[in-house]
Amino acid sequence: MTEHYTMPDARGHFGPYGGTFVAETLIPPIQELNAAYQRYLSDPEFLAEMDADLQHYVGRPSPLYHAERWSRELGGAQIYLKREDLNHTGSHKINNTIGQALLAKRMGKTRIIAETGAGQHGVATATVAARMGLECVVYMGAIDVARQSLNVYRMKLLGATVVPVESGSKTLKDALNEALRDWVTNVDNTFYIIGTVAGPHPYPAMVRDFQAIIGRESKQQCLEMTGRLPDALVACVGGGSNAIGLFYPFIDDSAVKLIGVEAAGDGIATGRHSAPLSAGRPGVLHGNRTYLMADDDGEIIETHSISAGLDYPGVGPEHAWLKDTGRAEYVSITDDEALGGFHALTRMEGIIPALESSHAMAYTMKLAPRMRKDEIIIINLSGRGDKDMQTMAKREGIEL
Amino acid sequence: MSRLKAKFEALAKAERKALIPFITAGDPHPDFTVSMMHAMVEAGVDVIELGVPFSDPVADGPVIQRASERALAHKMSLRRTLQIVADFRKSDQLTPVVIMGYLNPIEAMTYEGFANAAQRADVDGVLTVDLPPEEAEECATLLKARDIDSIFLLAPNSTDERIKMMAAIGSGYIYYVSLKGVTGAGHLNIQDVQAKLQQIQAITSVPVAIGFGVKDAETAKMIATVGDGVVVGSALISKIEANLDDLERAKADIITLLAAMRMAMDS
Repeated sequence: MTEHYTMPDARGHFGPYGGTFVAETLIPPIQELNAAYQRYLSDPEFLAEMDADLQHYVGRPSPLYHAERWSRELGGAQIYLKREDLNHTGSHKINNTIGQALLAKRMGKTRIIAETGAGQHGVATATVAARMGLECVVYMGAIDVARQSLNVYRMKLLGATVVPVESGSKTLKDALNEALRDWVTNVDNTFYIIGTVAGPHPYPAMVRDFQAIIGRESKQQCLEMTGRLPDALVACVGGGSNAIGLFYPFIDDSAVKLIGVEAAGDGIATGRHSAPLSAGRPGVLHGNRTYLMADDDGEIIETHSISAGLDYPGVGPEHAWLKDTGRAEYVSITDDEALGGFHALTRMEGIIPALESSHAMAYTMKLAPRMRKDEIIIINLSGRGDKDMQTMAKREGIEL
Repeated sequence: MSRLKAKFEALAKAERKALIPFITAGDPHPDFTVSMMHAMVEAGVDVIELGVPFSDPVADGPVIQRASERALAHKMSLRRTLQIVADFRKSDQLTPVVIMGYLNPIEAMTYEGFANAAQRADVDGVLTVDLPPEEAEECATLLKARDIDSIFLLAPNSTDERIKMMAAIGSGYIYYVSLKGVTGAGHLNIQDVQAKLQQIQAITSVPVAIGFGVKDAETAKMIATVGDGVVVGSALISKIEANLDDLERAKADIITLLAAMRMAMDS
């Protein structure tokens, strides 16, 4: 019970997962990044600057909010929401972009690139780039550009160049491909801010460490508010950064259940989903070994989710490891169920969640009633739903 | 002795440099590839690199990306690429064939399943773009046991330490990526290439083929003066792309370009 979790190993492996599966041209910049990261991870000045930014610019700590009305309505466990939606730019993504941008500055990089799905990471990146006066290019699948046009406009206002990616499935994975191509071409002056716990080592560990503030705060707030640890944590999983950020500080607390919610899209059985942990197989994509949505030939297959931020065929390698070891459990929620979660939170608590986070809400609606009233669930409310107004209205046949 | 080793030794003895074309298996159609391979051999190429199409070719520029997409539209796969090599071998047992692709299709077959299948198809070398030496030991060991060379990429920014790693685990040849970027990109600087080649050759005697940015007979000739081989890919595939409605024309244009490169490199 006292065994401490120490993943990944020095080469970035989480058991068989993770690692550094990239073309040789990317090895030197990755080594340079890893060296900088290892150095600044324990540099008091760097950490103090990051903490100050998180407090004064992002608005941390984010509240842990007891959703009393919704808890009563569901009739089971007490539900607490970790309000990452209240961060500057409206999601948890900025925790990581603050950290990586500070690293970029210390490494002397003048140009920032990023990939984005829903646009939340793109906005969070464009925001920190604007603040630091860095050039910023964001790659975004052409389909996502269309369904998240508000965020595209936000990024442009912030001075970023948004490049629509027309290759492949024109979604998040293709944006990542194109960002990697840019990086390999412009390695000398460019820092690639990956938005999730995927990519080659050290990204999965580094992004986790920057997001772990979510779990650290949650733990402290839960102890202060209730005098004990939660019984279960629930978070949506696309690449998995908000989930790992919440889970990580609780991994050694074996009594706390960790539940990741993948996007089942039209339903796992239809094949139109984005749930590699629930229905995929191990493989290698975007620099790491993890669970993937791939066919028998190893070609990556197209994914589907109503939420652009979950529409990705892979998942962070640490989630693959937590699944195989049984430390975390992964479930899935369909588009329709997620919409139910979206409406429930909006009407019960006056909080409009992002469609990504709505998957976690929908699973909680199944979980909470099965738990006792003195038990506690913390859900990561990873982003706000303003960006999804057009998608929701369209889905419900309403013209805005 | 592996076909690649024998080929590079024979070339060295004759004071010639290897001409290594790259085409994507199944582009634009699976029926095209074997006859294209034989035609390239007739045009004087020494080794053939056959690209395995992949859904997410992150190291490739737009030309080879589109080649992958055309091939995948015909359900081309790693297994079918190996079948193409086996078909080619029916009438050519001499020309070394290297398959070049990404790791996930190999993972899907399992390393051992792939190594066995590659041996049955009589593949000579395997270059896996996203499998750097630090992750490659298991796969390279299985291939080596079957006399198949593992070929690694070296980049302009690779350190001495990395070159030593490649030399230890790789064989056949080293593929030097002559510029930072994706396939088919920009313009290469011969002085930079020359300096890097000296650094590599001081560490290992494995032959070095140079690719990325080789567009015409002139660049091929220039590159041949500093390396042991010249790889040309996007420039050939552009000929296919320009003649999708007339593949005989595409083939003729590819042969013309390769013949010109051959002549320039040998003169």
